[in-house]
Amino acid sequence: MDWLLNAGDDPAHKFLLMIIAIVLFVAVMALILFVVDKPRNPSKWFIAGGFVGPALLLLAAGLLYPAIGTIVNSFQRRNSSEFVGFDNYARAFSDPAFLLVLGNTALWVLVAPALATFIGLVYAVVVDHSRFEKFAKALVFLPMAISMVGASIIWRFVYEYKPDQPGIEQTGLLNQLIVWLGGSPVQFLLERPGNTFLLMVVLIWIQTGFSMTLLSASIRAIPTDIVEAARLDGLSGFGMFWRITIPSIRPALVVVLTTIAMTTLKVFDIVRTMTAGRYGTSVVANEFYEQSFRQNNAGLGAALAVLLFIIVIPVIIYNVRQMRLAEEVR
Amino acid sequence: MTIRMASRRRAAALAATGASLALILTACADTGDGGDGGGGDGGGEAASFEIDCAPYEEFGDLEGTSVSVYTTIVEPESVTQTASYEPFEECTGVTVEYEASREMEAQLPVRVQAGNPPDIAILPQPGLLNTLVTQYDAVLPAPEQVEANVDEFWSEDWKEYGTVDGTFYAAPLGSNVKSYVWYSPSMFEEAGYEVPETWDDMMALTEEIAASGAIPWCAGVESGDATGWPGTDWIEDVVLRTAGPEVYDQWYTHEIPFNDPQIVDAFDTAGEILKNPDYVNGGLGGVDSIATAPWTDAGFPILEGSCWMHRAANFYQTQWPEGTEVAPDGDVYAFYLPSQSTDERPTLVAGEFIGAFTDRPEVQAFQTYLSSSDWANAKAAATPAGGWVSANNGLDPELLATEFDRLSAEILADPATVARFDASDLMPSEVGTGSFWAGITEWFASDASSQEVTDDIENSWPTN
Repeated sequence: MDWLLNAGDDPAHKFLLMIIAIVLFVAVMALILFVVDKPRNPSKWFIAGGFVGPALLLLAAGLLYPAIGTIVNSFQRRNSSEFVGFDNYARAFSDPAFLLVLGNTALWVLVAPALATFIGLVYAVVVDHSRFEKFAKALVFLPMAISMVGASIIWRFVYEYKPDQPGIEQTGLLNQLIVWLGGSPVQFLLERPGNTFLLMVVLIWIQTGFSMTLLSASIRAIPTDIVEAARLDGLSGFGMFWRITIPSIRPALVVVLTTIAMTTLKVFDIVRTMTAGRYGTSVVANEFYEQSFRQNNAGLGAALAVLLFIIVIPVIIYNVRQMRLAEEVR
Repeated sequence: MTIRMASRRRAAALAATGASLALILTACADTGDGGDGGGGDGGGEAASFEIDCAPYEEFGDLEGTSVSVYTTIVEPESVTQTASYEPFEECTGVTVEYEASREMEAQLPVRVQAGNPPDIAILPQPGLLNTLVTQYDAVLPAPEQVEANVDEFWSEDWKEYGTVDGTFYAAPLGSNVKSYVWYSPSMFEEAGYEVPETWDDMMALTEEIAASGAIPWCAGVESGDATGWPGTDWIEDVVLRTAGPEVYDQWYTHEIPFNDPQIVDAFDTAGEILKNPDYVNGGLGGVDSIATAPWTDAGFPILEGSCWMHRAANFYQTQWPEGTEVAPDGDVYAFYLPSQSTDERPTLVAGEFIGAFTDRPEVQAFQTYLSSSDWANAKAAATPAGGWVSANNGLDPELLATEFDRLSAEILADPATVARFDASDLMPSEVGTGSFWAGITEWFASDASSQEVTDDIENSWPTN
């Protein structure tokens, strides 16, 4: 048993375990297929159960069980020893420190997805059918390949501050520009509420590529007969954009907006890497981690996680609906 | 917070996450280190260090057994740490499985709850011990051999830090001395300045330097998600000097409120230096730059001549860039942060503690070894570059590598020293690693007043 569970640092041993795991997986799947295939006239439910069952089982163990556990935790004391009713939620909604966190999260959800989608849309329309289209698209899409933490570190350098003292050179890009223009360096990450928006820039920088790609594809998918008919009716330029393009890609627009909104609600890496939630920039996801794992307050941490969950549910429902609508249109 | 181990956290995080692939590789390499039982070839010096094997015979034949250790002490300090275990391994045949992680403080409670604790954890602060005992009931009381060792080699105070509700759990391991001011001996000599002996002397010197057109002090409290801790050390040191050790004890035990006038007074006294734009922040910016300057580099302006004094603990010794000579006639050295008079020497200290989660004989034998003077001496012998010291009174100062380490050991052993443990490590974690850190950061970042900050922290003190 120990041989199976502890590979140590012997690569050969690790590979052997990996192969055993794969063989086991294949064997179990084969067994399921074999059993499902066995009866002459299997009922629909039997076949469906055979295929969906394992996935449902794993979902229940990996998602449902911990989710219920978290909800229960959120009504308990910090070490889950006794129930305290809604105390944790009351604190999350009354303590000024947490109100700031909730406010910041609202700001993130309102501003970041809207800007990322808007910039992506405008960019998609502008570069569409231009000579440099491929290159221009690749340029905006590139940041998508960078992890949130990586991007945050890059932007930390952009915002880096060095004092305005003799013999000291700026190392941050933005402050160097300011100094060249004759200004004095600014502590970008300290000035609130501007610093929260500066953090959003990182997310927008990453997500614009995503929105640009999806929106560009759905602009291409607008039937040419509609466009031509509109043109015959005398529409062009902004009118075309506003009356034809936007309504035609509305479902895609909503999907992009809500998908980015979900990413935004979960934003944790950017805040933790850039300010660790200090200087009034914390958001719910960061505070959840802080409470659960730094201050060992499992109750409050769970309450914040549940709050995040509740906020994200309507967005998900809307997102799924629009996705179905978009499919029906097609 | 006493994170000498977390010291490289930021730099390493930057380096590791710069390429996420590198991060994954590092993670793999880390577990690899843990597996081979404590760096077989790393510590030639320690292997030659002889200890008496007799104390471990009573635990029976331990040959072939193993003990797992979980700690925040990552490379490069982990090399000397594992090397110091070798004499024990040779005596008993026990294999020590060493696992280090920067996320240990967050992960340990998770592992305890999952029923998968290590045998032994090196706890970087008593607050974590308190949490593990009171919230998870997970740490086992120290065996009698360990208690006997601690009674013999450590003072009452140190034993008390490893005690929760009257039960002794955790023996101290290493110690840090935090009441130091780093300076450049050559700069002082050229300018004709003397090392100040009292607080007033120090303030006079500060004024003199400022009058010459230079900025005397530099400071920085940025430390990733632990941002603020170097600032809390500053305040604690000043509380010890303006209000005295008795008030200090009442302060961290919450017998007096956090916003007691004496504490507000200490904030203001520290503020006379730290919030005076004429006195800070040499080479780093204005007062608010203290909040954003990484503590690891905050003393470096001394090397460039743009700052004169930097208050930081003895472990700042290992932070200086390679090639910096730490000596009374070298590039940098430190003097004791003076108090109001020369006959009292209140000193802020900190350290790590050994918590055990299992009680197999080999685990208890290893605990016994770690609490002994043999271990302290083996560790000193295994640390040729210095930067380590202990308040274990069996430690032979001659074995310490540098003059500065011997100075720290001398301060720890001096009967005139009134040592007090880092208060933020002793306060409940909501305060000690939460609102106190956040508050002190605000104090610098948005120029919040001492009264506002202490009021906020007092309000965050847990009621149950």
